[in-house]
Amino acid sequence: MSHFRIDIRQRAEEVLALYPRPRSAMLPLLHLAQEQDGYVSDEGIAEVAELTLTTPADVRGTALFYDMFHLEPVGRYVVSVCTNIACLLAGGDELLEHASDTLGCAVGATSSDGLFTLEETECLADCNFAPCVQVNHRYVRTTTPDAFDTVVSQLRAGTLDHDVPPHGTLIRVRRAGGLHAPRAEVAAERSVASAAREARTPKEPK
Amino acid sequence: MTDVIRSTVTITVNGRSIEAEPGELLIEAAERAGTYVPRFCYHPRMEPVGICRMCLVEVDSPRGATLQPACYLKVNDGMNVVTDSEKVKKAQDGVLEFLLANHPLDCPVCDKGGECPLQDQTLAHGSGETRFIEEKRHFVKPVEIGALVLLDRERCIQCARCTRFAADVAGDAQIAFAGRGDLIEVATSPTQPFDSIFSGNTVQICPVGALTAKPYRFNARPWDLEQIESTCTTCAVGCRVAVQSSGNRLTRVLGVDSEPVNHGWLCDKGRFTLESIDGNEESTNPLNAATRITEPLVRRNGNLVAVSWGEALGEAAELLRRASTTADGLGAIGGAALTNEGAFAWERLLRGVLRTDHIDAQYGDGLSAALIQALPRATIDEAAKARVVVTLTGDLREELPILFLRLRESAVRFQRSIVELNFGASALGSVAQISLPVRPGEAHLVAQALGDGTLPQEVVFTQRELNDARELIGDGGEGVVFVVGRPNVAESAEVIEHAIRLLATQFPRAKFLPALRRSNVMGALDMGLAPKLRPGRGYDAESVGRDTLEQLGAIRSGEQTAILMLGGCLLGNVLDVVGAREALDTADVVIVTGHGGASLAYADVVLPAAVQHERLGTVTNIEGRVTAVAPKIVAPGSAWPDVAIASELAEELGQSIGLASVELAAKTIEETTGYPALSVLNDSTSDGVVVGDVAERSARRPLDPMAFPGIRSTESVGLGANTGTTISADIASTTSTMPVTLLELGAFEKLEVPLADAYSLRVNLSRRLYDNGIAVQGSPSLATLKAVSVLHLNHFDLDRLGVVTGDVVGVTGARGSIRLPVALDDAVPRGVTEIAFGSLDADGNDVVRPILDGGDVIAQVRLESA
Amino acid sequence: MATLTAPRIVLSRADYADSHTLSRYLATGGYEGLRKALTMFPEAVASEVDQASLLGRGGAGFPAGRKWSMLRKAPISYLVVNGDESEPATFKDHLLLERDPNQLVEGVIIAAYALQVSSVYIFVRGEFALGLERVQQAVNDAYELGALGSKILGSEFSIDVVVHPGAGAYICGEETALIEALEGKRGFPRIKPPFFPAVAGLYGEPTVVNNVETMSNLPWIINHGGAAFAALGGGRSTGTRLFALAGRVNNPGVFEIEMVKNTFRDLIYDPQLGGGVIDDKKIKAIIPGGVSAPWFGPDLLDLPLGQDEVAEKGSMLGSGSIVVMDETTCVVRAAWRITKFFSRESCGQCTPCREGSGWIERAMYRVEHGGGRMEDIDLLLDLCDNIAPGLTWPPQQTTICVLGPSIPSSVHSAIQMFRDDFVEHVTNGGCRHD
Ligand SMILES: Cc1cc2nc3c(=O)[nH]c(=O)nc-3n(C[C@H](O)[C@H](O)[C@H](O)COP(=O)(O)O)c2cc1C
Ligand code: SF4
Ligand code: FES
Repeated sequence: MSHFRIDIRQRAEEVLALYPRPRSAMLPLLHLAQEQDGYVSDEGIAEVAELTLTTPADVRGTALFYDMFHLEPVGRYVVSVCTNIACLLAGGDELLEHASDTLGCAVGATSSDGLFTLEETECLADCNFAPCVQVNHRYVRTTTPDAFDTVVSQLRAGTLDHDVPPHGTLIRVRRAGGLHAPRAEVAAERSVASAAREARTPKEPK
Repeated sequence: MTDVIRSTVTITVNGRSIEAEPGELLIEAAERAGTYVPRFCYHPRMEPVGICRMCLVEVDSPRGATLQPACYLKVNDGMNVVTDSEKVKKAQDGVLEFLLANHPLDCPVCDKGGECPLQDQTLAHGSGETRFIEEKRHFVKPVEIGALVLLDRERCIQCARCTRFAADVAGDAQIAFAGRGDLIEVATSPTQPFDSIFSGNTVQICPVGALTAKPYRFNARPWDLEQIESTCTTCAVGCRVAVQSSGNRLTRVLGVDSEPVNHGWLCDKGRFTLESIDGNEESTNPLNAATRITEPLVRRNGNLVAVSWGEALGEAAELLRRASTTADGLGAIGGAALTNEGAFAWERLLRGVLRTDHIDAQYGDGLSAALIQALPRATIDEAAKARVVVTLTGDLREELPILFLRLRESAVRFQRSIVELNFGASALGSVAQISLPVRPGEAHLVAQALGDGTLPQEVVFTQRELNDARELIGDGGEGVVFVVGRPNVAESAEVIEHAIRLLATQFPRAKFLPALRRSNVMGALDMGLAPKLRPGRGYDAESVGRDTLEQLGAIRSGEQTAILMLGGCLLGNVLDVVGAREALDTADVVIVTGHGGASLAYADVVLPAAVQHERLGTVTNIEGRVTAVAPKIVAPGSAWPDVAIASELAEELGQSIGLASVELAAKTIEETTGYPALSVLNDSTSDGVVVGDVAERSARRPLDPMAFPGIRSTESVGLGANTGTTISADIASTTSTMPVTLLELGAFEKLEVPLADAYSLRVNLSRRLYDNGIAVQGSPSLATLKAVSVLHLNHFDLDRLGVVTGDVVGVTGARGSIRLPVALDDAVPRGVTEIAFGSLDADGNDVVRPILDGGDVIAQVRLESA
Repeated sequence: MATLTAPRIVLSRADYADSHTLSRYLATGGYEGLRKALTMFPEAVASEVDQASLLGRGGAGFPAGRKWSMLRKAPISYLVVNGDESEPATFKDHLLLERDPNQLVEGVIIAAYALQVSSVYIFVRGEFALGLERVQQAVNDAYELGALGSKILGSEFSIDVVVHPGAGAYICGEETALIEALEGKRGFPRIKPPFFPAVAGLYGEPTVVNNVETMSNLPWIINHGGAAFAALGGGRSTGTRLFALAGRVNNPGVFEIEMVKNTFRDLIYDPQLGGGVIDDKKIKAIIPGGVSAPWFGPDLLDLPLGQDEVAEKGSMLGSGSIVVMDETTCVVRAAWRITKFFSRESCGQCTPCREGSGWIERAMYRVEHGGGRMEDIDLLLDLCDNIAPGLTWPPQQTTICVLGPSIPSSVHSAIQMFRDDFVEHVTNGGCRHD
């Protein structure tokens, strides 16, 4: 039984077809898993392991290398406030503190209504709007505490739904079609494929 | 074999010129020349990754001297290397200081304390005081990441040896790095524990105390340990090991890096089975395999009671004498658990004194001994370096784990080809180029097809797959090694033997590696413990002897009255357990030597023998390599070495077999048959010799290649040679040293395989590493890992039955019915159900064997969904 | 005064609100460069780029033409575009991805044609959700237009472009880590040798990796010729370049200006560019090329913005990010925050980088927050020296990639230039800016 919904599974298979080796689809597939569940669940990991011919430990370990993957449930909105050098010089620390007050949760935590998770982040490459804030990786360009509060109330009211989809949804433009050009043959990576198939050899239930 | 012409390059290390092989890693070249470069992540049996940065040395480059990792850099001619400059020292001290920054100061309570490279390096170089005053990284204390391994993340230095081993060597990536930067940690998935059968290797190669083995944890401190080099006889691969004890208790077994055999690796069964050698002290039930028999026993008024050796031997001799007065009244079964010397001594007693030829070291679950002797033999190395390996075996990971690792490496790392003739789930299948599924009763058809290219009607693979396999193998089988075993115990050996002979005839240039799995079975056969065989791989075409199944039949029909069991448990090993019980019931005399087990219920006399790690001698592995085994501890109670038991029994019978000691037995073997024995005993820290092959011996690596020189575990301790006694045999040698040839085995008889009936499934009774044998039963750490009874079925057959994984079905065999759960397993061919031999039901009963009768060429069962 | 006579090459249409759409792109000369390129031999296209002397804009500044021709020895299998931009205060690729994705795609196709590569992956930083969508749209449009797919624009050449999202790890900007991430692994930089992905890159095959800005220059170069590009700038630093100016300036932003012809002072003070320092404060220090680069004091403000010119003074132009710190800035805090960044972003393979970054960060935190000891200052320098022996630039390294030896740059610069500030922190038991 697939954990992925039919549409997600379909997109996962489209993504897999874009790479000569299934493991290459790891990051896009983890994004899809996160889109479906709002975070990367154990079930999502198992499915990605199956699709990429790897093991759950490997998928989990890989996912944890990357900041964007949350392996525990998070709020509908993940608010990221940058405090790196350009934002530091523009009051990033103060904005982060303000955000914590407004959202009512500590940095790294989720608000009690489950709506917001607050994160301190590294440079978001939008330094002309420092201090820089993203919500679900959409820039909201709220450089002042007041502007920040306005965005929060808009999010609560749902008026930003179009610009800021729920956490996990990354790319809303779907690739049109598969590959066309003849591709270089890449020898199957035996060790990787094997690890997976070995791992998937059913074990006797304990 | 053609000689490879090797040129060498010259490099300069600390001003000294040294020769190195082109492409050799600098760290190895320097070490051979006596310059040790410190290291943590480097392991000679894995690809270098250069991540710990401990091995930085100065290397001249066009841009001046730069710091380069010696473990990753390959030498080239004229390279100028400095390993002892101030700059190198500062860099290495810097790395060490960084490693220690977050490392806990718990050496006094750490299992690795005393043999820890990090500790050694620190003592050798560290400044002694820490400049790190920040709070150290904290993790919740040890987590149990698998049944046998614990992880203490605070101690981890992120060298990635364990994760690389798991992913690259074992192919079980159940542990992996998680996270990034200084939060990186080794972790499993919450949904899958680290249950690899190779997990113990990660503990051995962990350079700190981050990974510890549950069975060893807090058991001993390294400085209390004494160690000796030996050979593991848990299976027939014959891995070289260092056996350690503290006092008279075994504490630990470590893999020794033997170039031709195990490359330092061990499976968890071989590593942790030492628990069964000490025996479960609490258990006093001799019928329980976990109970070690320590005193001679004799049946009195229906009960086994402890007696003196004199009394037991006297009674045994009397019983044997009486039985041997009738022609063909006496036979012996077993012997794979003996050393070569023990096997030789028993052979002398049986053929020379008791005049019987009814001897068989196998339990009807192996292959014809004569056929094995007749095949052109390949070594493990030859198989691992063969252009193509063709396997006709069960799952090698379960049967001969380290052979599996060697073949896997060949495929994965060196891109050589494996053609698998597979009978069910197999770990090698995932790295094999081609897998041709074979069902019970079809192996000979598949073998024929590989030769002539015609696809038989019956088989479940395609002409194209057959053609691909044939193309890989080539015409005569040049550069091909067939690994041949007994994949399915529930199918007559004839089918596989027929297949093997067909392969040997059709591919005359191929070599064969026998994959018999039971400890020293090859040595037992080489010592003549089989019909028609004689010590030293001799063959006597004239003699007629009964094999195990024939003996059991003869006992049931009253032709044979006495049976001598040479170690091992008959009932635990034969397929036809019902017939065997009947035979034991019928027999007048049952004498058992060795360890305990269910068969003891029928014993009249029990003679306790010394086992693995308690005895001196030599053993022979699947490739015919003879190596020494060494006693590390003294056998408990008054268990004796087999040589002594056989000799004393001969004395009781009024004769001498002239083998007063193991050394004398070894000397006699070598002198009378030319079979290597004493010379191997005298050179006991070597990789031994392959029978009939006086190839030069390979250089040895230190036991623990990561370690700093001077640390205990780098030194492998050998046995002292202690012989010089002259032999005074007063009975003639019974050997004939002519090895058998395939021609002598006679013509093929047509093999009739009954048609599988459409309503039944053919049974594949496969082997699991964690079976129900003495080693596993006696080792509490392993016993929980035992296989449970599940019928594995292809999804077609599951659908046909209308059941899914976990459902319980009714199973009807020739002798009765049982109920068992099913599991989906598409590696099992259609029309077949696979179940592990010796697997137990929820109540601990062996369930499958009693419903099969073992009389047919193939076994079949009917399944009904409940 | 700044010299602002050069044409805008990569930002030519950035002022249009719909600059990211295909219709705007086609209306402003889009895909003409590709059409022209397809009439030329691939070698000729590569040679134009070589002539342009286009230095890679990703940080290392390796000439693109040479990278391509060095590879000509073995046919290249993959072209990979580096859109991971995560170097703190660098935000120029972000702009190009969002505001002119079609230009990037056209540049990529030109490069693929020149290299005769049919398989391209554009790796875009995961946090650029909008950029990802826009580049994907541009790729979809290019297929629709026939500029991608089989036999592009009626030629005999077929090419596929796949947009690959990152997932939040700075180190994936390092080209070998990026390749690992493309292979679905942790972003662990690969050990060298091989030194170039051109020898063994994606799936072990010869691979060219180029930066987004590097690629975005190609349509103009093909349209106007390599010589026209080379005529701009000076020395090895030809053409225009995007500079991302951030920190204590009145008008932070991304500016496309001619290289060498302008100085740091021009960039910071010209009213059309940075517009001067906030409240006319005095500049304390600048970071000339991303936080990996050693800092400059105000004495070097008149240095021309050229790769070699900056290198000669012991730093680098790097990713084109310039951060201005003024009198109000606490340099200890700045250096600590940069170290914290490296500590969080170290991939964790190499001991000196993994442990060193964390140690230095914690010690810097202590100094900044009042727990500093006088001996910490030299301890910090010694730890820096253990990661990058000699503390030179370009650095010597004890690690696999140059993230490691980049860690010391800010701490070393700050101590060397403003030791008194550290001493003051220790004696005052904290930061006076707090
Ligand atoms: C730690 C580190 C981070 C890097 N980050 C980036 C990056 O975000 N974007 C980029 O284009 N290049 C980055 N680079 C440089 C790339 O490794 C590579 O040199 C570049 O992508 C090549 O493209 P170019 O020749 O067009 O500049 C980074 C290098 C290092 C060592
Ligand atoms: S220097 Fe740092 S980032 Fe680079 S490979 Fe080593 S640990 Fe990773
Ligand atoms: S880097 Fe060479 S041993 Fe670790």
